[in-house]
Amino acid sequence: MAKKLDKVDVVVVGTGWAGGVISAELAKAGKKVVALERGDKKNIEDYTGVKDELRFMNRYQMMQDLSHETITSRNTMDEQALPVRTRDEMMAGTDTGGGGVHWAGAVYRYTPYDFEIYSKTVDRYGKDKIPAGMTIQDWGITYDEMEKYYDRFEKTAGISGEADPLGPERSNDYPNPPLKESRPVRLFKDAAKELGYHPYQVASANVSQQYENPDGETLNACMYCAFCHYYGCDFGAKSDPLMTVIPTAQKHDNFELRTQAYVRRVLYDGGNKAKGVMYVDTETGQEFEQPADVVVLAAFTFTNNRLLMLSEIGKPYNPESRTGVIGKNFNGQMNITFLGARGFFKDKKFNLYGGAGALGGTMSDFAADNFDHSDVDFINGGAIELRQYGEGAITSNRVPKDSPNWGSEFKKNANFYAYRNLTTWYTSAIMSWWHNYMDLDPTYKDDFGDPLLRVTNKYTDQDRNIAKFGIDKCTEIMEKMGADIIDKDEIPEEFDHIYQGGHYAGGVIMGDDPETSAVNNYLQMWDVDNLFVVGGSAFPHFPGHHPTVTIGSLAYRAAEGIEKYLKNGGQLVKGKQEA
Amino acid sequence: MADENKEKTDESRRRFIKNTGMVAGGVVGGSLFGGLLTSQFQDDSDTQTKNKETTQSLQEARTFFSRKEDFETLAAATERILPKDDEGPGAIELGVPFFIDKQLSGSWGTNAKAYMKDPFYQNRQTQEYQHKDTQQNKSGPNTSTQAPSRTPRYQTRLNRGDIYIQGLRRMNEVSQKKFDNKFTDLEADQQDEVLQAFDNGEINMKGVAGITFFNLLRQMTLEGAFSDPVYGGNRNMMGWKMKEYPGPRMSYTKQVTSDEFVKMEPKSLRDYQS
Ligand code: SF4
Repeated sequence: MAKKLDKVDVVVVGTGWAGGVISAELAKAGKKVVALERGDKKNIEDYTGVKDELRFMNRYQMMQDLSHETITSRNTMDEQALPVRTRDEMMAGTDTGGGGVHWAGAVYRYTPYDFEIYSKTVDRYGKDKIPAGMTIQDWGITYDEMEKYYDRFEKTAGISGEADPLGPERSNDYPNPPLKESRPVRLFKDAAKELGYHPYQVASANVSQQYENPDGETLNACMYCAFCHYYGCDFGAKSDPLMTVIPTAQKHDNFELRTQAYVRRVLYDGGNKAKGVMYVDTETGQEFEQPADVVVLAAFTFTNNRLLMLSEIGKPYNPESRTGVIGKNFNGQMNITFLGARGFFKDKKFNLYGGAGALGGTMSDFAADNFDHSDVDFINGGAIELRQYGEGAITSNRVPKDSPNWGSEFKKNANFYAYRNLTTWYTSAIMSWWHNYMDLDPTYKDDFGDPLLRVTNKYTDQDRNIAKFGIDKCTEIMEKMGADIIDKDEIPEEFDHIYQGGHYAGGVIMGDDPETSAVNNYLQMWDVDNLFVVGGSAFPHFPGHHPTVTIGSLAYRAAEGIEKYLKNGGQLVKGKQEA
Repeated sequence: MADENKEKTDESRRRFIKNTGMVAGGVVGGSLFGGLLTSQFQDDSDTQTKNKETTQSLQEARTFFSRKEDFETLAAATERILPKDDEGPGAIELGVPFFIDKQLSGSWGTNAKAYMKDPFYQNRQTQEYQHKDTQQNKSGPNTSTQAPSRTPRYQTRLNRGDIYIQGLRRMNEVSQKKFDNKFTDLEADQQDEVLQAFDNGEINMKGVAGITFFNLLRQMTLEGAFSDPVYGGNRNMMGWKMKEYPGPRMSYTKQVTSDEFVKMEPKSLRDYQS
């Protein structure tokens, strides 16, 4: 029997960047906020003194324990979906701070083109440029409207960077200067410049100097220690929810964080109001009902979708009739993105054991609609990056493709090239299609007997063409960089069901029309006034840049919406049909 | 009869030593194998660390593999993946077999954090999937931070420990069939041929593809050679020394901004934490 708790103003599911920002903002506004995290209670001490490649990178210490729950995956509707069973194949963060703690910290704003992708593509190239079955849409918000939220998030997180010479207008510089330039980064930038491109330093959540954010939280200067991406920061130098928004929320007595709280349902029995959430304390097995005036789903894409489906909220997407919205437009950057060229250098040896999650060079010459797509057979684009994460000894065993991968010859090459290889890649965008979606799996269940989420996802010519374009551009740069051996990545035939990188989105998408979107531009559900669904789940397609900062910025927007709703109630935005 | 057996054993010991490159200065004692894996290389290593090594030796016993033969097969196979040569120590000298033994007896070996609920589909699709080229750079924003080879899509009831036991015994079967001898008794190039057959996806196993076993073996051999010595491999940080890898440190700010390669003596997690 579920134990009923006292009602609060806001219950937030998830404590990553999305849930963290919302918790902090509403706690500051004096609302009674309860945040529920299914993982363990963690703070920065959990990541101090534990620089251990095997534990974090090969055994996935910070990733979700899949033994209780995972997703299933298939390419097409007529296939049997199979569970994604191991953490080799899945990257979803857990514990306090969520994926925001293990992130690398690369910061990009999405472009004006991406927010209005449908209109701008049609304007420039005509309707025919968009192939049949591609379900891209405008996001219901413009870059100009988003700008102040980006600015806000960048200040909270102490982002360190320089402006993109080809980027959209900014109201302010980044709050901190960019990270230092390493030799590989300089090599990349020089090569790109020589080719007439506009390279610049990747903006970074690895903070370049000690910094106090507007909420009074202090971040330290990055040590380029290399145990960064997949790890929590040892020094409080990587901006993450544990260093910023969570402690900000915790300064207020009206905020409470409950961990090991696994939310199973949004309490909803029709109409335009949710009543709260039902969760299980995974330490005791006790069920709780937490009533609230506002329910915020701010979990990972998969959980946001699954909770709506399990709670029967909104109209599920039906790919046969192409109607409904929940689960629609699954999109993510998987094995057809981040392809490029790896170069091996015979006479250059770099200090690659050092680095930082977002240390790198990048360029936007082939991002979004920054270049003319009239003569290419795809739309959108991506950044070309060279990153120096810093590598552990297990990782640094790369050898040229045509050399053996075990035995003496391998060993020799792996040792020789350990600090002599660099890669450039294209962070290409992923468009959405009618056949890529999420629903509930008919076969596989979680620990409680609830169905798993099922992803159906396959590639199209758009994906293959944009990938090929990127590989060629990356190869051109790698040649200029003077690599002796260049291995071009191959384009995979099909999506391989490896959910690596954490960049998967959609399903509860934003837009300006309730017929084709689940949430409005405050991430408030069209169907349920007091339910806000915040996170990558709101992306109608995946722009060609890293997503975190847009998720954090949209969370600021949503927090503003929630305050408005708590004051006045009702829908905050008029849907397109009604307007 | 007894003599014949003894001869055979001696022969196989000699071959084992030869194959694994352990010819120089080894003491072949009563418990040959234990000797090979532990004390034999004390000559090569810094005498100051002798005390440390003794402690380490006490941690070197089988806790997962019950049958000695399975463990010996494992040791011989890892040594072919990373052989001792001019470049430096091989898998056995680095402690890789004990590393794998320890890993398999823990949560990794029992798939404690993996979704292991029924049904497990072992159809053509999943079998073929496991035959796919795993060398292609698995993409994603984290490509450069992944272990170089990983098990492709996992759809088997077997946990990693099960896969090892079955795989190693299968390796012996294949050796018998191909060369009429146990894996540990084969010449080095014959051992390579057996391993190559697994790597090529030519060997079938029950409930899992042979290549899946091979990939796991290769991955864990590298992990054992290059993970922090706290896990029982990378003995005395010899793997890191060979790779010029400096280990976990407070800061690499200076090195990151230096144009010259900076070589440092490695430090381990124990140094870092103390
Ligand atoms: S590289 Fe910098 S930000 Fe990353 S973990 Fe190390 S000190 Fe922290």
